[in-house]
Amino acid sequence: MNTQTTPEKPASLSKRPTGFMAVDTETASAIEPATMIEMDAFSAWYGDFQALDNLDLEIPEKRVTAFIGPSGCGKSTLLKWINRMNDVIPTAHAAGHLCLPDIDILSRTTDVVALRRRIGMVFQKPNPFPKSIYDNIAFGPRLHYTGLRRSDLDNLVEWSLKKAALWDEVKDRLNQSALGLSGGQQQRLCIARAISIGPEILLMDEPCSALDPASTSRIEDLIFELRKQYTIVIVTHNMQQAARCSDQTAFFFEGRIIEAGPTRELFTRPREKQTEDYVTGKFG
Amino acid sequence: MTRTGSHPLSTLADRIQPRDRTLLDKSFRWFCIATASTSIMILVVLLVAVFYLGLNSLNWNFMTHYPEPDASAAGLGPALWGTIWVCIVCGMFALPIGVATAIFLEEFQPSNKWLLKFHGFVQLNINNLAGVPSVVYGILGLTLFVSMAGLFGTPNEPLLSVGVRYYDQFFTAGQKSLRVPVADPAQPNTVAEPGLRALNSDNEWVVANVVDSRRDLPRSMEERRYAIIQGKSSGRIEEGSWYYFRLPFGRSVLAGSLTLMLVILPIVIISTQEALRGVPQSLREAGLGLGSTKWQVVRNITLPAAIPGIMTGSILAMSRAIGEAAPILILAGAIFLTNNPGSLMDDFTVLPLQIFDWAGRPHREFHHLAGGGILVLLAILFVFNLTAVLIRQFTQKNLT
Repeated sequence: MNTQTTPEKPASLSKRPTGFMAVDTETASAIEPATMIEMDAFSAWYGDFQALDNLDLEIPEKRVTAFIGPSGCGKSTLLKWINRMNDVIPTAHAAGHLCLPDIDILSRTTDVVALRRRIGMVFQKPNPFPKSIYDNIAFGPRLHYTGLRRSDLDNLVEWSLKKAALWDEVKDRLNQSALGLSGGQQQRLCIARAISIGPEILLMDEPCSALDPASTSRIEDLIFELRKQYTIVIVTHNMQQAARCSDQTAFFFEGRIIEAGPTRELFTRPREKQTEDYVTGKFG
Repeated sequence: MTRTGSHPLSTLADRIQPRDRTLLDKSFRWFCIATASTSIMILVVLLVAVFYLGLNSLNWNFMTHYPEPDASAAGLGPALWGTIWVCIVCGMFALPIGVATAIFLEEFQPSNKWLLKFHGFVQLNINNLAGVPSVVYGILGLTLFVSMAGLFGTPNEPLLSVGVRYYDQFFTAGQKSLRVPVADPAQPNTVAEPGLRALNSDNEWVVANVVDSRRDLPRSMEERRYAIIQGKSSGRIEEGSWYYFRLPFGRSVLAGSLTLMLVILPIVIISTQEALRGVPQSLREAGLGLGSTKWQVVRNITLPAAIPGIMTGSILAMSRAIGEAAPILILAGAIFLTNNPGSLMDDFTVLPLQIFDWAGRPHREFHHLAGGGILVLLAILFVFNLTAVLIRQFTQKNLT
């Protein structure tokens, strides 16, 4: 993996409390939220193919930011760069700035394991491990900490499942296989699993595309709840979903950000013709 | 030219007929059934023939006794134990090396040009090695393990040996054996001289009665016990403890096991690769997304999910290993053994070789022994395959 970055941003880990160690701020709607993820002239390639071209974007803290756009426009690529999941693709490389407040994501010296602990990810298709519901949630904490007692894990599993609005449905069958859950339950389990390690950011790659409308609505409610505590970036093909549950929206087309801004504005008074065509369903 | 509107073929009704395919379809079905039955028939005939040939040889004595020249008392004990030894030792080497190689090839994407070339080179070699006839591995094992290209002396005069004592053995005129301990295996064999001190079969030091010539031998059997004619030369024997080890390995259990490891390594690697490829990429992504290291993904996600496939492939590879005769024939030869192997450095033989030996003899009784040996080998293979099926069933039930 090749990354070319300007060197002035330090690549050190934050010392402030993060995730579940942080205070649960119920009132997160400050007037002007801080920037959580900052992009500056960010470009990305797969081999010779340029997937992202010169992106400038600021993703605010404790808000929901939606990436919309037609298939192949690069929104999932950008999501995968934010927690460096693209490292597994040998031909993927990037240039420009992609930073958290305290860390340069693209830097060669960045500890990706520590980075991914701070940036959780929920995938398009629910992908629970072929283990019990309990072990699915306990998996992440067991990766990162030693000395966890059974009671600590019990608490954490309950907390995560309650946060993901799944506790009431599974509390009597925690030791049964997670593969026995419905698709919507599996996806909420994956969200619970992602927040069990106390991330600051949740990346969601079309989390509802494989789900029925009822499950979709439950996940959307959940996203609305979680934004009090987490910075959420969601990729979606569903325009209504972006309109319903996001604060900010960025419209991608052919590797560029055509327009980005508050969701209401982008959907009601788009500045660009392309954006208007897309959100009104004329193409895409 | 056809009129617009009607189907182009409708004007040809007098020339073309609907194709009758039912007969061909039925014949094809019967053909498939026939070919499938043929293979089963062949197996049944084979089994019946082997059972007819060998069933009467099967008894406890046959399983435990050594293959002495008298067919009615002969058994396959050393060969059976040799097979068990070789199988276990071969598995202990082949499985870790094979699985680790497959993990390297499947789980670690090459991150630069040189690693990519290395990956390709290893993969190419494995694919080619899978097609090499096993006789060739026998020759390779002979150079690589038995003599180690002569780098460490010869198997009889090894450069390094641990856990072994050497003796020069005399047979006396009274049919007793006397042993003279040898400190250095490189020294020439002891020759009987007057005053020779040696160990008898009860491990007591005795002075041998060395006489000048055959005429001087005492008359009574009692006095002949330790009588040796002067100048008689001895035979070198070795007595290894269970941890006996030497370089080079010689025609030993370890050399045979490592050679069979080479035979089955490509199979283990390829089947493990298949099993790892069968693990959904989404599970790896889930693990990485939670901040797993590479090792944690392999240890906690990929390997557990791939274990059924790995075990099945490995057990099938092991059953190939215990059925191999050619490389062992080259490596160890068809030798006559009265003892079961007791250490990694002991001489050995295996069931296929014992069967080969008996089946090649002219007397009918030995053919029955060969049939019995085949039944024992088939029983072992059956147990192996059954284990593979059970593991697959059991582990897959746990996953879903």
